[in-house]
Amino acid sequence: MTEPHPLPHLQVRGLNGWYGESHVLHGVDIDVHEGETVTLLGRNGAGKTSTLRAITGLLKKREGVIKLKGRDLIGLPTYQAARAGIAYVPEERGIFAGLSVAENLTLPPKVAEGGMSVAEIYRLFPNLEERRNSQGTKLSGGEQQMLAMARVLRNGARLLLLDEPTEGLAPVIVQRIGEVLRTLKASGMTILLVEQNFRFARKVADRFYVMEHGRVVDHLTAAEVPDRLASLQTQLGV
Amino acid sequence: MTTLFGLPIQAISGQLLIGLINGSFYALLSLGLAIIFGLLRVINFAHGTQYMLGAVTAWLLLTVLNIGFWPSLVLAPLIVAVAGLLIERLFLRYLYGLDHLYSLLLTFGLALMIEGLMRDGFGAAGKPYSPPALLTGVVNLGFMILPIYRGFVVVASLIACLSVWLLIEKTKLGAYLRAATENSGLVQAFGVNVPKLLTFTYMLGAGLAALAGVLAAPIYQVSPLMGSNLIIIVFAVVVVGGMGSIMGAIVTGYALGLLEGLTKVFYPQASSIVIFVVMAIVLLVRPAGLFGREA
Ligand SMILES: Nc1ncnc2c1ncn2[C@@H]1O[C@H](COP(=O)(O)OP(=O)(O)OP(=O)(O)O)[C@@H](O)[C@H]1O
Ligand SMILES: [Mg+2]
Repeated sequence: MTEPHPLPHLQVRGLNGWYGESHVLHGVDIDVHEGETVTLLGRNGAGKTSTLRAITGLLKKREGVIKLKGRDLIGLPTYQAARAGIAYVPEERGIFAGLSVAENLTLPPKVAEGGMSVAEIYRLFPNLEERRNSQGTKLSGGEQQMLAMARVLRNGARLLLLDEPTEGLAPVIVQRIGEVLRTLKASGMTILLVEQNFRFARKVADRFYVMEHGRVVDHLTAAEVPDRLASLQTQLGV
Repeated sequence: MTTLFGLPIQAISGQLLIGLINGSFYALLSLGLAIIFGLLRVINFAHGTQYMLGAVTAWLLLTVLNIGFWPSLVLAPLIVAVAGLLIERLFLRYLYGLDHLYSLLLTFGLALMIEGLMRDGFGAAGKPYSPPALLTGVVNLGFMILPIYRGFVVVASLIACLSVWLLIEKTKLGAYLRAATENSGLVQAFGVNVPKLLTFTYMLGAGLAALAGVLAAPIYQVSPLMGSNLIIIVFAVVVVGGMGSIMGAIVTGYALGLLEGLTKVFYPQASSIVIFVVMAIVLLVRPAGLFGREA
């Protein structure tokens, strides 16, 4: 695990967010340091997805502090936040039906130097190369998840926001996604992962935040997990 | 005399040519409407006005600045596209989050205002606009006499439609457009300046309408009212093809133009309503349109 750095890669302070009149985030505080993998846990409706959407700016009605390497994102439109260096893999995967697999893969423009090449990505995800001319949504659920992850590895962003990548997938695919995450982590990528599958998250995360009703209610490091397992299980309702 | 179904082949091919020319305008106009609707979710009621403005601009360029057909074929669409930019930046963009009805009312209101102003300053009577010298005259194809300019209109419209189709299906910009049509938020979250893409799309649609207007000027004369008659038919074409379907708009445009021409040969009384009859049947059988994706 990396040592906490004085300036976090991503710093979220007092983040509030609304869908119309409905107030769903009530002062969320999160730090993710350079090269770290942090997991947001919490039951359905706790506000995990909304937190990621507020960071990207897709949740427009928001207040508080969101800093990427010290740069304030809260006033920026979504496309500029992305260009500041965010790679986002949404919960619903967001594969475009009107685009082929290859077009989906190369859609996101480069936001920084140092992303993977298409050849490297195909080495990491060989099925995608085989299916590169298929319509994006003709892939299986697992392949679509791979594509959603592969898609943002080209753009050079160093902060990866991943929303429930294992949801509804077979164990061998979950394992494959775990391998990919470890590869990314080894390459120095900073990862904020939303995950309900605690057994999966445990294998990749350095630290955990637990959310409930739009707030962070608990925080623990990977080393503290064994002692806290029982209380965590009640918090998460698993 | 050669006949087909008891009718002289010249009469049939003549009506088919008229149908093909009408279809060329339907295709260009419904293509613009379809890309605007696909991405902006705006039903652009000012489309007929933009078509008329293309013709009027070409006429003004000629009479005031002595700029002829060929430069106008590029200049008039550019000028109308810039007018489109102003409409999108100043008004339309504030309505994107709202019900379609608002942008429909806005563009409808703008259309009425612009047409009213034009009628005031220009008079309702049609003004002639000659085709360029290069394209005057006719060729005898044996089975029919083809005015060269009309043949040119068909070819020009095909080239324009094909170029737009290639832009949308085969380029990176087109991939952004197609993706943003499905999920514009996510495309933004990838760092694409979607607001700029929306402005560009509206300009492209308006420019295509204006291009149709310039092409139409030598055939139909230039009048402030030329767009309002046409636009209703074009909306029917878009509904038949499927709102937001690019290929659907193009193919349906030509096909319905031809169908209208054929109806004039075989049952002239129905020719002015045949497109609307097709629209009604399509709405009953396949509400998403012939090429539309079922929701
Ligand atoms: N588009 C929306 N409009 C209104 N309310 C919403 C919307 N999306 C989510 N919410 C509400 O916001 C709250 C937080 O939802 P969110 O999707 O962030 O939860 P989550 O932790 O990601 O849940 P899950 O584990 O089920 O994905 C919930 O109460 C939810 O009902
Ligand atoms: Mg969620």
